[in-house]
Formats: sequence, structure tokens, C-alpha cells
Amino acid sequence: MNTRAILSVLGADRVGIVAAISAALAEKGVNIEDIRQSIISGIFSMTMLVTVDEGTHPFEEVQARLAEVAEEIGMQITLQREDVFRFMHRV
Amino acid sequence: MLHISPEEIVETLVMVQQQHLDIRTVTLGISIGDCGADTSDEMARRLYEKVTRAARELVPVCEAIEREYGIPIRNKRISVSPVAVVAGRCASDDLAPVAAAMDRAAEASGVDFIGGFSALVHKGVGAGDDALIRSIPEALATTQRVCSSVNVASTRAGINMDAVARMAHTVKATAELTAAADSIGCAKLVVFANMVEDNPFMAGAVHGSGEADVVVNVGISGPGVVRAVIAAMPDDADLTAVAEAIKATSFKITRAGELVAREAARRLGVAMGIVDLSLAPTPAEGDSVADILEAMGVERCGAPGTTTALALLNDAVKKGGAMGTSSIGGLSGAFIPVSEDAGMVRAVECGALNLEKLEAMTAVCSVGLDMIALPGDTPAETIAGIISDACAIGVINNKTTAARLIPAVGKKAGDHVSWGGLLGAAPVMDVSSWSSARLIRRGGRMPAPLGSLRN
Repeated sequence: MNTRAILSVLGADRVGIVAAISAALAEKGVNIEDIRQSIISGIFSMTMLVTVDEGTHPFEEVQARLAEVAEEIGMQITLQREDVFRFMHRV
Repeated sequence: MLHISPEEIVETLVMVQQQHLDIRTVTLGISIGDCGADTSDEMARRLYEKVTRAARELVPVCEAIEREYGIPIRNKRISVSPVAVVAGRCASDDLAPVAAAMDRAAEASGVDFIGGFSALVHKGVGAGDDALIRSIPEALATTQRVCSSVNVASTRAGINMDAVARMAHTVKATAELTAAADSIGCAKLVVFANMVEDNPFMAGAVHGSGEADVVVNVGISGPGVVRAVIAAMPDDADLTAVAEAIKATSFKITRAGELVAREAARRLGVAMGIVDLSLAPTPAEGDSVADILEAMGVERCGAPGTTTALALLNDAVKKGGAMGTSSIGGLSGAFIPVSEDAGMVRAVECGALNLEKLEAMTAVCSVGLDMIALPGDTPAETIAGIISDACAIGVINNKTTAARLIPAVGKKAGDHVSWGGLLGAAPVMDVSSWSSARLIRRGGRMPAPLGSLRN
């Protein structure tokens, strides 16, 4: 079962953020469909639309792996099902 | 392709992480209509089995939804059919064993409160109702999680003044039995006019007779989010603009509630009940309805203009929420509990907010006389007078009102009481010393108002 989700990343800019996150996603079979990224006053901000294949890697497992990455690179990383944003921001 | 803008994503994250957006409660309503028995012990056994079976997956499912959607669900709770209705068959008039079974079932299911130790007596008191009301003080003193509610008035029936007086004495007796814990039993006892049958919020949650066997009801929250939106507006933004901003925010909060309700119902394999649009504060700083009213422009909650601000807030929340769900239910009105709202406590402490102003505020929101600590020596007749005033507002205006009053034994006005957790802490409020006794002793029923003749 493929689940669309939004990955958001926030924190101080540094080398290797995108590399670390995309490596972890690839490892868990998560496909990146879209990326938006900006740096404002040294604060790195990135949102990704991704597809999680829950048949091979459950949502919880991907979240747990991302929590490890967040710890390693000192960033705030959140993975949420896409519906929550669609529900809250679209009539 | 990303259909949601990064700004909208950040807005949602800020709402949750900085402004206390959460789902206040996912409440599983369970019918216990099939748990009636000849003895209260047997009824207790059947109730325990039914509740624990129906609610087995409630907490794990809610926790998974929280994780996956990133929206905290603060409380998972259970409501059951009004026990008095089912207890009519019992030979025993002591229903404390049933309350004990509810308590155990709540604990086994991992929920903090279970509602439904309740009776509806707005027109008269049946055998089951009588046993239930008689059992309330002991039930609340000997359990941790059980909540009790009694409906004493309705627009269609008027006010059962005998029941009002009896409930005032029940409140006093409950306070006495839990005196050692600042009369905490009364914090789990609410007296209603026009009680609703799908309320997910405690202490008044019950599972009505018109409901499916098991349903999921959701109570939204988000006072902090609404306050932040108003605080960010310019000082000269007019009240039409303020109402618009509240509506837009309420829509988003309600959608989160709708999503959680649908998903919880789907995963539990039960019917989705309602989304309750009440803004429910907690004692956490910044999660306050009083703070919203102050952000709108009254110096302190309780100042002249407070009722206007609350009326606008209440109405705008409903208008925004009505677009967000087709399943509005429960109380769906801003809550103004004193002890559970840091801003309300502050307003009482500085003298801006008193009991009479809270009564006026009741007229434009729901459940206005809520979590109010009173001096322990407040006469039962005075408590009955306060309850009946709240009921009169509800009956005449065709809306729900309620009173959750705590006459804290051994405390006087200005003292403090503390119940901890979500119940919070509060100053003991001053009560009029003028007597209501002669009115209350008349008893009888205040007839239903002319406005109830709608057919």
C-alpha cells in the first residue's frame, strides 16, 4: 500500500542535510515525488512530498529511521500523512 | 506534485508545536442497553465485559493516528448509556458496584475518564434514577475515573426543582466524602439542562439512546491557535475582521477533528458519531479561552464587553466549523471552566471575574458555571439556586447549560484548591450571602416555556 506523506525539515543549515535524509528514505524504499527547499537567515527549511510503501516498510518504521537521522544531524524532521494538510487547508 | 504550499505545512506544524493544537478527546460511546440484570453485581460484570471488549483497540488506534498524522490526541475516553436507564431492572438500590466496574473497565482500557454514571430526571425520578442519584457520592468517592451527570431540566419539560434541590444536596454530600482531596468528587459531577446525548467531553459524556451500539465522537480543541491568530491581527482590526479570522481558523481545527474522527471510526470498525466544536481550554499557559477574550480587547476576562467577545467567539467558531464537518454535535460551544483555564483563574484572582459574570457568559456559550470552587459552608439551597439559574438560561434559550460546582469543604472565599492534572487549580469564589432557601423549598416544576411549543 502506497501512502502519500509530507516530510518537513527545519533547522540550522549545514552540509549534508539532503544527502542524509534522502539516503535514509532510499533505504526504506520511500520515493521522493517533489521537493521544495529554502534557506532564510541561515535556517534550512525543506518540505518533500513522498510515497511510503507500507507493504515493505510500515509508516512507523520510516518515522523511526527519520528520528535517528534527526538526532544525527540535529534537525527537526516530521513525517505526516498528506491527508492532514489536504483536510486542513482545502475545502 | 506538492499541492500544499510550504507555508501551509509550516502553519500546521506551528499550530501543533507552539499553539497547542490538538484533538482534546476521542470518546468511544458504548451502549450498555444489553447489560441490564436483576442485581447490580451482575450488571457490573456485564458492563465490564462489554466496555473492555468494545474499547480494546481504542488507545492503540488513537496512538497510531497521533503518530501518523502528527496531531496529538490528548485524551482517550469512554462514555456509556446513562446507567440509571439500565439500572431500572436492578433490585438493589446501591449502584456503587456498577461504578466500580466502570472504573476498572476504564483502567483496563487505558482511558482516564469514563462517563455515563448518569440519569435524566427533568420530568420525574424513576426507580433506577433514584438509586443512581443516591449512589453518586459514594461512587465518586471510591472511584478515580468515573464521571457522573444528571439532567434536571429541558426546554420541553421545564425545570424539575425537586431534582435541582436533590442534586444540590448530592453535590454537598460528594464534597464531604472527598473532603480530604479538596472535594474532588464534585469535579466529576455535572448537573445539566438540555443534556445532549453525544457529548464527548467529561464530566458530562453519555451515550444516548438514539445512538448506534458503538460510536466514535471527537472533541476538538485549539484555544491557543485562535488566540495566536487574533494576537497577530492589528489593534485596529474591526470585529468583523476578527470574526472572519476566527472562522477560518475554526475551519482548519475542525477539519483536523473530522479527519481523526473518520480515521478512528474506520480503524475501530465502528460508526463515526460527531465532531464537537467546543474550544476546550487546559490549565497549560497559552491554552486559554480567557486569553482569547483578552486578545480581542478586554483588559481582563470579566470586564464589561466580555460577554460580547465570548458571543462573537462562540458564533464564529460554529460558522467556521460548520464548513469543516457535516457531523456537528455534542456541546459545540466555547467552554469557560475556571480551574481548567489559567486565564480564568488569573481573572478571578485579580477580581475581574465573579460568579455573576460567569452566569451572564453562560447565556452565550455552553456549560458556563464550570469547575467553580465555592466556600465549603455554602448552603445547599444556595447551590440549588445557582444550578437552577444556569438551568433557566438553558431552558428559556433552548440550549445546553450546566453547573459543575465544588463546595470545597473547610475552604472559604479567597482560599485555593488544587485537583491536579487537567482539572487544574482555582481560587475559591465568593458567593452571595442572600438566601435562596424559600424559593428552593417550594419545589415542584418550573413549567416549560411558551417557546417550547414548536409543533
